[in-house]
Amino acid sequence: MNKGAMAPDQEQDTPLKSDSMFINLGPQHPSTHGVLRVGLTIDGEMITKAVPDVGYLHRGTSKLAEVRGYHHCVVLTDRWDYVSAMPNNLVFCLAAERLMGLNVPPRGDVLRVLMCELNRIASHLLFFGTYGIDIGAFTPFLYAFREREMILDLFEMVSGARLTYNYIRLGGVMVDVTDEWVAKCREFIEYFKPRLDEYDTLLTYNPIFMARTEKVGLIPPQTAVNWGLSGPNLRGSGVNYDVRKADPYCGYEQYDFEIPLGKTGSCWDRYFCRVSEMRQSVRIVLQALDKLAPGPVMAPGVAKVPKPQPGEAYAHVEGARGDLGIFLVSDGQASPYRMHVKAPSFMNLAILQELLVGNKVSDVIAILGSTDIVLGEVDR
Amino acid sequence: MSEPAKEKEAVPAATPANVVPAGAAAAPAAAAGTVAPKPAPKAAAKPLPTPVFNERHGKLILNSRYWPTELWKSPWSLPSYRKGALVLFGLIAGILLTGAAVGELSRWADKLYALIAAFVAARHWPAVTTDAVWDLIKILIVLHVVLINGLWAIWWERKISAHIQSRVGPTYAGGWHGWAQTLLDGVKLLLKEDITPTAADKWVHALAPAIVVAPVIIAFAPVTFGKQLAAANLDMGVLYIFAFAGISVIGVIMAGWASGNKYSLLGGLRASAQLVSYELPRGFSIVPVLMFAGSLNLSTIADAQAGYWHGLPRWFIFYPVIGPLAFVIFLIASVAETNRTPFDIPEAESELVSGFHTEYSGMKWSIFFLAEYGYVLLASFLLATFFLGGGASPFAFDHVIPSWIWMLGKAMLMMFTFLWIRWTFPRLRADQLMDFNWKFLLPWSFANIAFAGLFLLFR
Repeated sequence: MNKGAMAPDQEQDTPLKSDSMFINLGPQHPSTHGVLRVGLTIDGEMITKAVPDVGYLHRGTSKLAEVRGYHHCVVLTDRWDYVSAMPNNLVFCLAAERLMGLNVPPRGDVLRVLMCELNRIASHLLFFGTYGIDIGAFTPFLYAFREREMILDLFEMVSGARLTYNYIRLGGVMVDVTDEWVAKCREFIEYFKPRLDEYDTLLTYNPIFMARTEKVGLIPPQTAVNWGLSGPNLRGSGVNYDVRKADPYCGYEQYDFEIPLGKTGSCWDRYFCRVSEMRQSVRIVLQALDKLAPGPVMAPGVAKVPKPQPGEAYAHVEGARGDLGIFLVSDGQASPYRMHVKAPSFMNLAILQELLVGNKVSDVIAILGSTDIVLGEVDR
Repeated sequence: MSEPAKEKEAVPAATPANVVPAGAAAAPAAAAGTVAPKPAPKAAAKPLPTPVFNERHGKLILNSRYWPTELWKSPWSLPSYRKGALVLFGLIAGILLTGAAVGELSRWADKLYALIAAFVAARHWPAVTTDAVWDLIKILIVLHVVLINGLWAIWWERKISAHIQSRVGPTYAGGWHGWAQTLLDGVKLLLKEDITPTAADKWVHALAPAIVVAPVIIAFAPVTFGKQLAAANLDMGVLYIFAFAGISVIGVIMAGWASGNKYSLLGGLRASAQLVSYELPRGFSIVPVLMFAGSLNLSTIADAQAGYWHGLPRWFIFYPVIGPLAFVIFLIASVAETNRTPFDIPEAESELVSGFHTEYSGMKWSIFFLAEYGYVLLASFLLATFFLGGGASPFAFDHVIPSWIWMLGKAMLMMFTFLWIRWTFPRLRADQLMDFNWKFLLPWSFANIAFAGLFLLFR
C-alpha cells in the first residue's frame, strides 16, 4: 500500500517512526519559474538538503555564436533572459562595438538607455506578479501584467516584437522612435507612477506578505559577495554595487538616479529593492525622454559582415537580474572565436543550496521566487 | 488593419531600409515614417518606398488595442457600462419584487403539505406516506441547494475574481456573461478520463471524495433558509452542523494519503493539522451567541435577534465588542475550514501543486470543489443566522420583503466576503497559521465568552 509516498522505515530504535523524504521540486512545478529542478530532502516540512539541478533549457548559444556572424549573434542574445531581452542585446553590442571600434551616436545611446530601463520595469513587474503568486496572492499578478502589456505594446510599436526584440544593433539601434511613440511612452509613465503606490498597499506592506518574507532567506553581505551574487539580490543585502554607477555605459553617468539598498538581505528586502528600482527606472525613463535630441541613431559605416581585428573585449551591463557580462574573442573572422556569457541568474541560483537548508517547504518557494532567476539565462 | 495587398508590399520593402541604414541621414528619414506614396504604375524602376513599419504598428496599437488609460477615462460615458449598471439594478429590483409577490415560503410549504396529505387521504394510503413523501422532498431540496450552489458559486467566483483582477471572466458560454460556463465545465469534467495513479490505494482514493462531500450535504439539514424554513428543526442544530462538518477532514486526509504522491501527502498532513485546530475557535466563537439566545436551535437563535434599538436592528453583530469580535473570529475560522486563500496551505497551488487533490481528475476532482463551495455556503448561512439576524429585515419599516429574500441576501453578502478575501490576501505559512490560531483566535474566543458572561450578569 502506498508504495510511492514513503520509504519503509529502516530503523526501529525510536518508538516514533521518522524518516526523511526526498521530493523533486520541478522541473515541472508551477513555482520554479521555468525548468529548474531542485532535489529537496525534507524532514517533515523542514529542508535538510537542497540540490539545484540545471541544464533543462540548454540551447548552446555560446557555441552557436561561433558559427554565426556578429549581426546574427544579437538574435541569440534575445533568448538568454527572455523576460528582459534589451540588456542582453545591449551587452553583446557593447562588447562587439569595442572590438570593432564603433561609436554610437548620442540619440542611439539615449534610446538604448530608454529601452533598457523600460525593460527593467517590465522584468521587475513580472517578478512582482509571480512573487505574489508564489506567496499565494494571485491578484497582483494580473495587475502587474496589465502594466507590463503596455510596455510590451511600446516595444512592439518600436521593434515589431513583444518578447525577443533584437532592437539594439551593432552601432546603435534598429530604428528611431516616432513622436507618437514618445507621447505614448509619456502617457504610460504618467499612468504607471500611481500604480506603484497601489502595489505597495496591495502587497508590499501587507502583514501576511511581510510575515512570509521578512525574516526568511537572510543573506549576510559577506555571503552574498562570496557567492558572487549581483543585481537586486546583492543590493538587498546592503552591498552597494550597480554597474550603472560603478562602471557607467551608454552615458548612465549623466542620469540622476539612486540605488535602492536593502538592510538585512531577507526576501522582503530583495523584493523591495526591485519595487524601488522600478521607481528609479521611471525617473531614468523620464530623463531619457527629455534628452532625446534629433540626430542619427546608428553609427555610420557598420559593415554588413563585420570582421573585427583579432582581439578580445569584455563588456558588462546592469541587467534586470544583475551584472550581465560578455566576453568576446575575435580571430579576425566573420564570427566570434569565442563568446562567454557571465549570467547573473546562474550565479544567483548557486546560493540556493546553502540558503534553502533549514527552511520550510513554503519558504523554499518564497526564497526561490525572491532570487528572481530566469532559466533561459541560467542554461543559455 | 489595412488591406492585405498593401501590407504584403510594405513589409519586405521596409526591412532593408530599417535594418542597415546606409548613413546618418537615412535614419531620421526612416524614423519619420510617413505613409508610403503609391508608386506610379508605369514607372520602370520601382522606387524604394518610405518605410512604414513603425507607422503600421503605431496604427495597430492606437486603433485596435485599448490601454487601461483609454478605457478608464470615464466608464460612465460608455453605453455598455450604463446598460450593465441598469441591468444590475433591474435584477435586484426584480428579485425584491418577486419576493414581495411570493411572500413567505413557509406558507407555501404548509399548503403543499396539506395538498399531499389530502391526496394521500383521498387514496386511502397509510398516513405515514405523507411524511415519507414530505421528507423525500425536503431531502431533494437540501441536496440541490448544495449542487446548484456549486454551479452558481463557481461562476460567481470566476466573475468576482475577474473583476477584482481587472479582467472580465467568462463571457462566451451561454451568451449572457458566460452564465453556462460552470454547467459546461461540469459536462467536460464528467466526460474526462477518471485516472487512478498506479501508486494510489484504489479504494481509499475513490472513497475520499465521497467522504468529503457527504457531510456537507447532511450538515445542511438544520440550516434555516428563512422564517420557519428548515429541512429539520433540530434543537441541537448547531452541534449537529459542527459535528458533521468535522467529518470532512477525514476525507481530505484519506485523499492525501491514498494518492501515493508526496505533495498530496504533505497537503493531507497540513489539512489535518489545520482543520482540526480551527474547529476550536470556530466552535468557541459562537458560544456568546448561544449564551444570548439560550438555545442551540438555529431558528430560535435567528428569532432572538428580532426587533430594533431605535432603528438599529438587534443583531448579534451590533452588540458592543462581543458581537464584532465573535463575528470576525467565526469568519476567519470559517475561511480556514474551507481551505481558502489566506489559509489554503493544504492545497497551496504554488507550493504543493494543489496538495491533496493533485492526483484527482474529472468528476472526483470536481466533487472536492463541490464540497468546498458547499462549506462556503454553509458558513455564509451560519454567519447570517448567528450574527446578521437570519431572516430579519434591517429596516424597521419593511414588512413587504419576505424573510427568505433577506436570508439569501445576507448569505450572498457573506459569500461575497469569502470570495473577496480569497482574491486579496497572500497565503500564510503552516506554522504562522498555527500560531495565529492558538495564540490569537483561541484566547480571544475564550475572552469573548467571559465578556459575554459579564454582559449577561450586569445587563
